[in-house]
Amino acid sequence: MNKIVPAHNIGGYVPMIDGPEKVSGRAKYTADILHPGMLAGRIYRSPYSHGEIVAVDVSEALKVPGVRAIVTGADCDKAFGVLPIARTEYPLARDRVRYRGEPVAAVAAVDDASAREALRRIKLTVRELPAYYTSKAALAPGAVQLHEKKPGNVERDVLFELGSAEQGFAQADLVREGTYNCAEVCQNQMEMHAAVAEYDAVRERMTVHASTQVPYYVHLMLSQILGMEMSRIRVIKPHVGGGFGCRTETLAIELIAALLARNCNGTVRLVTTREETFITHRGRPETDIKLKIGMRKDGRIKAVECECDQRGGAHSGYGVVTILYAGSMLYAIYDLHNVKYTGRRVLTNTPPCGAFRGHGTVDIRFAFESLVDELAAELGLDPFAVRRANLLQAPTFTDNDMMVNSYGLPECMDWVEKESGWARRKGKMPKGHGISKGLGMACSHYISGASKPVNWTGEPHATVKIKLDFDGSIVVLSGAADIGQGSTTILAQTVAEVLGLDLSRVRVVTGDSEVVPKDNGSYSSRVTFMVGNAALDAARNLKSVLVSAAARKLEARPEDIECLGELYRAGAQDKGATFDEVVAEALKDSGTITVTGNYSTTPESHGGKKYRGSAIGGTMGYSYSAQVVEVTVDEETGVVTVDRVWVAHDCGKALNRLTVEGQVQGSVWMGMGQAMSEEAAYHDGLMLTANMLDYRVPTIQDSPPIEVGIVESMDPHGPFGAKEAGEGSLAAFLPALTNAIADAIGIRFNDLPVTPDRVFEAIEKRRLALGKNNGGA
Amino acid sequence: MTRLLEFTLNGRDRTDAVADNILLLDFLREKVGLTGTKTGCDGGECGACTVLIDDKPALSCLTIAATVQGRRVDTIESLGTDGQLSAVQRGFHEKLGSQCGYCTPGFIMASAGLLRKIPNPNEAEIIEALGSNICRCTGYVKIIEAVKYAAALNAQGVAP
Repeated sequence: MNKIVPAHNIGGYVPMIDGPEKVSGRAKYTADILHPGMLAGRIYRSPYSHGEIVAVDVSEALKVPGVRAIVTGADCDKAFGVLPIARTEYPLARDRVRYRGEPVAAVAAVDDASAREALRRIKLTVRELPAYYTSKAALAPGAVQLHEKKPGNVERDVLFELGSAEQGFAQADLVREGTYNCAEVCQNQMEMHAAVAEYDAVRERMTVHASTQVPYYVHLMLSQILGMEMSRIRVIKPHVGGGFGCRTETLAIELIAALLARNCNGTVRLVTTREETFITHRGRPETDIKLKIGMRKDGRIKAVECECDQRGGAHSGYGVVTILYAGSMLYAIYDLHNVKYTGRRVLTNTPPCGAFRGHGTVDIRFAFESLVDELAAELGLDPFAVRRANLLQAPTFTDNDMMVNSYGLPECMDWVEKESGWARRKGKMPKGHGISKGLGMACSHYISGASKPVNWTGEPHATVKIKLDFDGSIVVLSGAADIGQGSTTILAQTVAEVLGLDLSRVRVVTGDSEVVPKDNGSYSSRVTFMVGNAALDAARNLKSVLVSAAARKLEARPEDIECLGELYRAGAQDKGATFDEVVAEALKDSGTITVTGNYSTTPESHGGKKYRGSAIGGTMGYSYSAQVVEVTVDEETGVVTVDRVWVAHDCGKALNRLTVEGQVQGSVWMGMGQAMSEEAAYHDGLMLTANMLDYRVPTIQDSPPIEVGIVESMDPHGPFGAKEAGEGSLAAFLPALTNAIADAIGIRFNDLPVTPDRVFEAIEKRRLALGKNNGGA
Repeated sequence: MTRLLEFTLNGRDRTDAVADNILLLDFLREKVGLTGTKTGCDGGECGACTVLIDDKPALSCLTIAATVQGRRVDTIESLGTDGQLSAVQRGFHEKLGSQCGYCTPGFIMASAGLLRKIPNPNEAEIIEALGSNICRCTGYVKIIEAVKYAAALNAQGVAP
């Protein structure tokens, strides 16, 4: 007889359970939904950066044959926004336009050509106002306010000082200051924004398919914007082609599609162009940072002072949260005291920024790790040694009350130091003939879900249901939005692991508000941790139902029942009952079995009350990352090539090594794009880079091998010890790159992206300066 | 103007009335309903719409449908035999060359085109063949592994 053992589903290389659909073209994304008779939607966008709306004349557009509906700001007077405290954006602008590309009107027509023709006939008249495209211009005295309630065009200012920066600097042996500028960058996910809205006029119900990371937030905003009861709305999230944060809030796209559909009592498909996807934006804001660090001779950091201005764009979006993260996440990676932070989120006449992967932490980490590298060099210390002089001792709470329970940063550093051959190669990289090589390192961290959700309702943070019926298949119901990161697979693995069943027994249903439990969505790397814990709870509840049934069937006590997945038995000598027999027994009680699992964060993870907004940054578990980057700099052309990256990521426990590696590589690579080539550039508020040629995403030819080390610190609260894997490794790439360039050619770049033009210019400048000095000597 | 287009799509001969100016991409997606081929940009930037025309990768967003008269067009839906995944599909699935999956049909068709021409490509040939496809999820590392694995499966007799 074959020995029956529980199946193991955690910790291996598991291909995604929805992979076959994706590789065969069967996976349906929102734009793939075709209904007979559906209408094509198009948005008319403001050609002005800033102006009071005098008139939106759609009379000529309505005459275009085939036009079925046109909506404008007059059709909706309710504002939307992800933060309840900052809802200033209308689906279609009212009274004022604040950036070039802001939606003003929308058309639904029988085909796209008719819709486009109607757009050409819409006439917008505005009284133009001065427009501000930089933080500095918007903050200047006398600047016109973009929003009535925001004097000085400051969306939010943050100021805190924990300890005394002044006293800390007095104890330091070396104090250095740097200024940094990081260009605005866009998620540029591969699937363009899309929504299909279907209005059932007979039942007065609205169904919206949306390319979103947050179906529940879309549900909330649809209800608010349409003035419809939530029970009359259904939100479906089909396959989603990436997000990286641009879809972590409701976008105007899905709201406009719904307004159009209701207006014409029909079905409207609204698919944006790539240019519109760029303009819809919600990317990382252009950030100006002034940073001062005081260090002792032994590398110990004694004080930090940081000023941060973010050019937020015309509306808040997540802005308040972003500027708070930038301050709070100075902490929880090193043991810091005496920190002063001043942040300003600025309103400007550019498209609204949002929550880009590594939300709020990336540009600050770039500045911090760059300046630490500079201080280390000046003090003659190794970059690894400096960081080791400032490690936290977990478990601990930081000065800003962030709870750190597991801390694999030391092991991450050990791994990349060893694998990259740092000790023998650093400082000895080949140079000469205009080609110089260098090595740089840096660290970063991220949260595993924000401990306090944006919309606080008092419900658990995550809920998962499992259904088990006569067929013996385990159906997991979850609202967690898989956007390609593999959350659906993680939930299936989690449930299969607890029940000891093969993964093929488990199916996961997600993404339809009519069927699945509510979930806050896929953002802040919350899903594995929070929804994973809820799935764990649900699976354990199901197991206890099955164990009770097995006990009844085998006439034994539940505590004596051993679950081997496909077999339940009472002791090693017992023949036992098969899984199917146990299911049949369990169904006798209740018919179809449904169990619930919940997860809630603990109050001590919610941050303290030392400053306003101090909950931001609070999480149940921080991930950690260390990286070494090796570069070659061509001094004749300024071209920097990344030869190789070594990255180690502490994800607590790798539930799926394949997807952890994929997430970490993707994060590092996305950091590379920001560091080296990506930049959203504007001319008079018009985005010049709203396509994938001018917005330079690295191609396969530009991309290095990325070697991943997985560090498992076994978080006490994570599901099986797991923490996040999808964001924390992004930030460290940026400073590791510039530190490597500094190692190669002795020039430090504090402005991103580090393009060949910038490198060439800096090398030329140095050459000229040296020439002058030589000439004068 | 409308004309009659005769061509072979995924191994089947067909005749369609098509507008002179319709793009192959829009024809496949909106008229035939083969939505596996994706629109990822405003034209020629990303490679998501890659199909094979007479076994060579082509951007269907830059191809007027009428120009495939008499030719063979293969989309992602044509791959695989007897309900099983093809070698390239297995590579992208098993090695995680696909995360969100949106660029995947384009990458897979470009890779299938490569393997039909060069059954056992080296890394430089893989990188060159995929140089005009953009993926925003993977960082390409596992895409290269996926194509290498597909070539190995192909060598064992699994169709690309």
